[in-house]
Amino acid sequence: MTDTYAGPSSASVLLQQPPGKPDFDVLVVGAGPAGSAAALAAARAGCSVALLERGPFPGSKNVYGGVVYGRVLDELVPQWWEEMPVERWVTRRSTMVMTADQALTVDFRSQRWGTAPYNGATAHRADLDGWLAGHAVAAGAVLVPATVATGLLRTTAGTVVGVRTDRPDGDLTARVVIACDGVNSFLAKEAGLHPKQDTARHLTLGVKETLALPREVIEQRFGLTGRDGQDIEILGCTRGIPGGGFLYTNLESVSLGVVVGLPGLATAKVRPEELLADLKAHPAIAPLVRGGRQVEYAAHLIPEGGYDHLPELAGDGLLVAGDAAGMCLAAGIWLEGVNFAIGAGMYAGRAAVAAIGAGDTSQAGLAGYRRALEKSFVLADHRKLRKVPGLVLSERMQRQYPGLICDLAEGLFEVDNPRPKPGLRRLLRTAVRRHGVSPRRLLADAITGMRAFG
Amino acid sequence: MTGQPGEDYREISFDDRMDGTEFRVSERAHITVDTEVCDSCTVRSCLHVCPAKLFVPRADGGILFNFEQCFECGACYQVCDAEGAITWTYPDGGLGVVFRKG
Ligand SMILES: Cc1cc2nc3c(=O)[nH]c(=O)nc-3n(C[C@H](O)[C@H](O)[C@H](O)COP(=O)(O)OP(=O)(O)OC[C@H]3O[C@@H](n4cnc5c(N)ncnc54)[C@H](O)[C@@H]3O)c2cc1C
Ligand code: SF4
Ligand code: SF4
Repeated sequence: MTDTYAGPSSASVLLQQPPGKPDFDVLVVGAGPAGSAAALAAARAGCSVALLERGPFPGSKNVYGGVVYGRVLDELVPQWWEEMPVERWVTRRSTMVMTADQALTVDFRSQRWGTAPYNGATAHRADLDGWLAGHAVAAGAVLVPATVATGLLRTTAGTVVGVRTDRPDGDLTARVVIACDGVNSFLAKEAGLHPKQDTARHLTLGVKETLALPREVIEQRFGLTGRDGQDIEILGCTRGIPGGGFLYTNLESVSLGVVVGLPGLATAKVRPEELLADLKAHPAIAPLVRGGRQVEYAAHLIPEGGYDHLPELAGDGLLVAGDAAGMCLAAGIWLEGVNFAIGAGMYAGRAAVAAIGAGDTSQAGLAGYRRALEKSFVLADHRKLRKVPGLVLSERMQRQYPGLICDLAEGLFEVDNPRPKPGLRRLLRTAVRRHGVSPRRLLADAITGMRAFG
Repeated sequence: MTGQPGEDYREISFDDRMDGTEFRVSERAHITVDTEVCDSCTVRSCLHVCPAKLFVPRADGGILFNFEQCFECGACYQVCDAEGAITWTYPDGGLGVVFRKG
């Protein structure tokens, strides 16, 4: 064993002599969706590829809410829906806005999403990540699990030429290293790709309970049949701490979670499991999860900075993809990262292949990666929604709007004859006043929201 | 815990909460906390953010830390701004938390 470990203060190993023939063309660190997609793309193009994973198997260290949007796979795994390890196909998507005792749900259902080529699916990461890594291996990549990349190997000129691992004699060299090592990405930080800043500001913590329930119970409660599934995204369930919640259906369990900003959580002096307990007791959620036996509790960080806080995506001999580059899209009704990670990994793999083919793996030689991302949905979506993460996590969206929206709905739906029905305008005025929102701010936020989403 | 309808599934002790999650505990403490630094810390953010509740206040005002049931999330070192308080690394390859339902 070496005495170097991967952590916030991990340091590069400087090689006085440039290595001879590298062990691999491409070395991918992290067998999450980004890493497996990168390895698959590079191996399929004929490169020799190693895929390093610190967990005992792919997915063992990974946590998400539970919905994967698979269409991005069309290019990598044709007919992926026939073999992906899916729990349920999402045919019903809901957004719930709540206060302590109210909830307004916008509920959408489409049976078209329950047939090929499908839209979203629920899946567990141990299954999903293992499946995608299996495709990389089938294409010729060498999977090296239970191995931590503890630092970058660099020449004295700074070019990345491989990684050190925690195995004895564990240096591995390559023409291009692709860092897909997730939200904490020590490799990208070590390479200086992330600007030095207060990173905790853009991080949220997600905690999740998996609650086992019989299949028929889930189908009854959520109004589902067969492999159909429902997702519920929730706003207003975090005691005003910037964040939100989710409830997703699996085959024989549901995933219930909250996602909250790290600084907000620390200053509120509330513990994450208390927020989960609140949510489980909420009148709109309790009947859905009643009797569920907790089978796993899990937690993970999410990079929510969005487009304006992306790091440099390439260095000499190095690319970074997925959460390691902050490519998670967290904008209220969207919490997507797996599809972006797969897209980014695929383009990173291709850019590495192209650079190796052209004999230039310097930062300039790898610059095609960023261009490809900008043209694809990966960075186009992030660019388009660059203002939304801030808006969703804003004080108003968190503390004022849920109450305002629920009161508005309550006013509209309440029947208290013989009093005449109040007009919408009056209801809005009362609700706005009651929740201390300035009408000007409300209008400004509505416009920002519409511009960003529209 | 049988999951029968009607049972109060909401109140669950922290130990029970952690019960379903698998840990392959390493002998090496992958995270260490210099409690001397903590002695002069007033914010104590780690107490609130660690989802595994591994930071526990001691009666004498210090901090007790236990690495064994760690999710390896990184929240503690991200919120702690006292230089040198937390030495954070990943466990050695293959060890640490193993999620099955992530
Ligand atoms: C609570 C929560 C809810 C979410 N909900 C959703 C959702 O419903 N849908 C969605 O699409 N996205 C969701 N996301 C986001 C999504 O999980 C991420 O965006 C996605 O996993 C990123 O993929 P990745 O491959 O970049 O990183 P990861 O999936 O984090 O993979 C990184 C991999 O690298 C490995 N690794 C790290 N460091 C090293 C090292 N030094 N050596 C070797 N291996 C290493 C890790 O073990 C891991 O396997 C959610 C995230 C969270 C936390
Ligand atoms: S670990 Fe950091 S935040 Fe926690 S008590 Fe010590 S110094 Fe304070
Ligand atoms: S990494 Fe996460 S689970 Fe582990 S001690 Fe830090 S905050 Fe707690």
